Amino acid sequence: MVHFGGGNFSKRVNKLRIMIPEHAPFDLDQRTRLVELLSALDERQRFWLSGYLAGPVGVGEVGGAAGGGVGPVMWVLYGTESGNSEQLADRAVKEAKRRGYKAVMKNMSEVSVPALEKVGNLLVVVSTWGDGEPPETAAEFYKELMAAEAKLGGMRFSVCALGDTSYEKFCQTGKDVDARLEMLGAKRVHARQDCDVDYEDGFQGWLKGALDAFGPVSGGGMVGAVAVARAAAPVYGKKNPYAAEMLEAVLLNGKGSSKETWHFEFSLAGSGLAYEPGDALAVQPMNAPDVVGAVLAAAKRSGAEDVGGKALFDVLHEDYDITGLSRAVLAKLAEATGSSVLKELLGEEAKDRLKGYIEGRQVVDALEDFAPEGLSAEVLTGILRKLPVRLYSIASSPLAHPDEVHLTVAALRYETHGKARKGVCSTYLPDMLKPGDAARVFVQPNKNFRLPASGDVPVIMVGPGTGIAPFRAFVEHRAATGAKGRNWLFMGDQHYLYDFLYQLEWQDYLKSGVLSRLDVAFSRDQPEKVYVQHKLREKAGELYRWLQEGAHFYVCGDASRMAKDVHDALVAIVRGEGGMSEEQAEEYVAQMKKSGRYQRDVY
Amino acid sequence: LKRRLTRIQNQNPETQSTAMSEEKKLAANEYIKIRSNYLRGTIAEGLADASTGAMSEDDQQLLKFHGTYQQDDRDLRADRRKHKLEKAYSFMIRIRVPGGVATPEQWLEVDRMATQFANGTIKLTTRQAFQFHGIIKSNLKRTIKEINQAAMDTIAACGDVNRNVMCNPNPYLSDVHAEVLKVAQGISDHLTPQTRAYHEIWLDGEKLETSEEEVEPIYGKTYLPRKFKITIAVPPSNDVDIYANCLSFIAIVEEGTLVGFNVAVGGGMGSTHGNDKTYPRIADVIGFCTVEQVVDVAEKVVLVQRDFGDRTDRKHSRFKYTVDDRGPEWILAKLNEYLGYDLGPVRPFIFEDNGDRFGWVEDKNGNAHLTLFVQGGRVLDTPEYPLLTGLREIAKVHEGDFRLTANQNLMIANVSPARRGEIEVLLERYGIKDSHEKSALRLNSLACVALPTCGLSLAEAERYLPDLLTELEEVIEANGLRHDAITIRMTGCPNGCARPFISEIGFVGRNPGRYNVYLGGGFAGQRLSKLYRENVPGEEIKSLLEPIIGRYAREREEGERFGDFCIRAGYVNATVQGGDFHKNIKPEALSA
Repeated sequence: MVHFGGGNFSKRVNKLRIMIPEHAPFDLDQRTRLVELLSALDERQRFWLSGYLAGPVGVGEVGGAAGGGVGPVMWVLYGTESGNSEQLADRAVKEAKRRGYKAVMKNMSEVSVPALEKVGNLLVVVSTWGDGEPPETAAEFYKELMAAEAKLGGMRFSVCALGDTSYEKFCQTGKDVDARLEMLGAKRVHARQDCDVDYEDGFQGWLKGALDAFGPVSGGGMVGAVAVARAAAPVYGKKNPYAAEMLEAVLLNGKGSSKETWHFEFSLAGSGLAYEPGDALAVQPMNAPDVVGAVLAAAKRSGAEDVGGKALFDVLHEDYDITGLSRAVLAKLAEATGSSVLKELLGEEAKDRLKGYIEGRQVVDALEDFAPEGLSAEVLTGILRKLPVRLYSIASSPLAHPDEVHLTVAALRYETHGKARKGVCSTYLPDMLKPGDAARVFVQPNKNFRLPASGDVPVIMVGPGTGIAPFRAFVEHRAATGAKGRNWLFMGDQHYLYDFLYQLEWQDYLKSGVLSRLDVAFSRDQPEKVYVQHKLREKAGELYRWLQEGAHFYVCGDASRMAKDVHDALVAIVRGEGGMSEEQAEEYVAQMKKSGRYQRDVY
Repeated sequence: LKRRLTRIQNQNPETQSTAMSEEKKLAANEYIKIRSNYLRGTIAEGLADASTGAMSEDDQQLLKFHGTYQQDDRDLRADRRKHKLEKAYSFMIRIRVPGGVATPEQWLEVDRMATQFANGTIKLTTRQAFQFHGIIKSNLKRTIKEINQAAMDTIAACGDVNRNVMCNPNPYLSDVHAEVLKVAQGISDHLTPQTRAYHEIWLDGEKLETSEEEVEPIYGKTYLPRKFKITIAVPPSNDVDIYANCLSFIAIVEEGTLVGFNVAVGGGMGSTHGNDKTYPRIADVIGFCTVEQVVDVAEKVVLVQRDFGDRTDRKHSRFKYTVDDRGPEWILAKLNEYLGYDLGPVRPFIFEDNGDRFGWVEDKNGNAHLTLFVQGGRVLDTPEYPLLTGLREIAKVHEGDFRLTANQNLMIANVSPARRGEIEVLLERYGIKDSHEKSALRLNSLACVALPTCGLSLAEAERYLPDLLTELEEVIEANGLRHDAITIRMTGCPNGCARPFISEIGFVGRNPGRYNVYLGGGFAGQRLSKLYRENVPGEEIKSLLEPIIGRYAREREEGERFGDFCIRAGYVNATVQGGDFHKNIKPEALSA
């Protein structure tokens, strides 16, 4: 088992004499003091500082290009759930500005389709969620665009679609938007790029290609300034995750539970990583040695084979997604093996059969089924995608736990097709790490899931299962800031006795008055299944009063069923208690969404 | 009668409490009762609090009157905080079944609720009640409500009131049993608390207007000083252990007709380790009453205890101490005064044993009754022995009734000749037919619940006794005693739910894994035992008893019982009465 050397990394003191050239913009006194100070820093501190200064504080107005330009207007329109599209849109805006465009960033949540008619240049970055769904915040825009009859004859555009090949409808939203824009008369200047979870290379290629296709702007931009700033930017992030030491691992389910939900605490001390309640933490997992072993066995490899200077075992252990089975993986496998059976399965008319095959199966099954002779190390790694990070809603408030970040993670262990399976990251954390070890992490901001700006606004939180995570952060934050607004929490799980996540903490918050109300739904404690939406409906009158008093309504957790059931319950409550028609109730809830009073973090 | 009752109440109940409180503070529970507004307390509010599986301290005391105890899984105690969870709280619900008789429909309902809401088991108690364990708070109201819908109840199953009235399920004399059962039902109904609190809290009954004063004609605001237990025995069987209960009626059958009952008062088991002022006590038989008088006598005995029981010390408040402190003669005189007539002289009776008669028996009407052995009174399914399922299938076709015995066993009673074949097939199919093909020692064993749910237990009982019996059976077999009944009982604490102090061999939990060993109890439950060894590790019990059992096999006289032998052979001195329980203990019995 390989552990990150978090301890080594942070303890090693590598003294280095810092030299600051005379032409640097400091006076002699500053230079002397800087040299003295910087020389005393250890490697880790210097590393942190370099990232810190390269960030917003360091760059400040230096970029210059950020000031916009006088060139043609370009919209960079994004639809984001996790914040990835937003981040990429931000980069696209910067690059477009560098090339002289007057680029502006637009969130689909705040754009109406008719406004697009005046846009001449459009870049779109949009992700797809679950079963081909647009991001929560982009749902309205998407619906409108698909139905609208806008005239976009004057528009040039290109779309970058984000998705996950492990889902059937990969990048569906991007594909739909791309097709619809063309149908409405817009001219595609550069082909759509569909990006998998590991989107970096695809995005960079697309951005360059698209902006090249839009052509140069006369007068040019301030080439170089931004590039210089970026080059010196080793901030901890996606490209450079921080090795955060695990401080504690607590199993939240009592003996007798069939669930395995973990509470993890990581140290961020000295990392410069900052977060707000509502943000997510990205964790770069590693594959379990037994899973690597199974894949090696299926590929008939020993693991000692060299792959770019690294043993195949290590490569599979650390770098590749060796479980997630998708059409993309199977297509590459078909190409590599020439399996006619597999090719047939990938055919247009075999779609349902393919779906059935993929269901519950992993890469190892496909290797066993279609590559009976095994695969070479090169071919094997060639069919796999990079091991993606996993995002977890942060379960702590930085005010309550300075320099720490907490997660609530349900370890997935199940059996399909006669084999024991496990979630890659959800079991990596409890199985391969123990307190003292480090995990590679970075913060993924989620601006679409935020406490009300005012502490006086009441808050209703619905978070069954691990959906409780951001609400632990919310409640801690409201307590730490002394917010006066009332807090009402709905939570649930399987069994009251064993699965009441953070029970003692909620009891304390009820006693201290931070938590005003707590309602729980434990589905398997009685013959009928009881879920949070039932508890919401039971409390309809009180809940509607809270809404009328301006309460924000938050939902976190399962997107496939819970979020929809809770949404339906919300609409029904508004309709029933507000004496409204179905349409009025829908409108009421839509308005809540628009004004940021109804926010969801569902997955 | 009503006037008399009023007069008596004016003489005593709460006025007496007030008078006493000036000299000595009442026990804390007395104030809880006074404050409770006839057992309401804040139970309804506590049930609505979803953040905890527990109830407030006061409400926990009051809940007992409603038939439920808050408990927690003690196996998990150490572990829970680590998981950021409170203790694994749940509730035990005790279902009152007067005389231990339930219909097949009721059995099926109990079975359903045990599976849906409890831990998948039914406990048949030593007092002929059903018990559920592991009911979480959110299911408590629903379960109690559904119990009531099945025409059973839980009120007064626990608490400082008269509890389940026990009655011999004697299949040999089924006519007498039917009559006696009616008496048990009559006493039970008459002494059931009248407060509407039970209906309000559990059955969605209407709330009383605040101006309406609640009437609790027998008990008054403060109920009894302590729990009160009534039994009815039909000689020669003393299966209900009349000597271990507060008030018992011994059926007197003359020429096949029930003519009345001897009245026995002041028995009880509960005691506290290290407190010699607490002790088990054998009931005194003080007189005779007719069948018509029996409910009145029961009420007046209850009133004597209500008015004269000690409300200042919970460890001295059982009726047995009232009887001991004042003397049985005084009790009889006071009872006669309350009755307005005198009890008759005690009629002769003989008890032969306090065990059950296993297997099939037929009564003179041609109906058959099967008594099954149920280890520890626990009805559950295991892969080897699907007792719960088997009984469910039998209940679906059975047209008679089920009777719980005082020895935690189960009788499938009143099986008509037409149905018997069908039931025998089911008994065979589920492997229940041979339930009683065990050593006589095991068949005469009793164990209380103890760990993990009972909050009082100091050591294992129900989960351990079967294994200990297996060890002892080696000794029994080696000495050729497989068919010789010896009563053997184990409890996790000295409160004595399995009546360990009147069995021939008694084990009472002292510390985890350690037991006080008592010997010399009467085979028919007529004599208390005596401490033989203190604080014995479970694994040493076999070697401790081996030589005694060996000598008994070799040296016993014709018909001599093990308990009697232990006294004759000098292992222990005989205990004559409760006051004598802690005396004449041999020095070697006590650990250094």
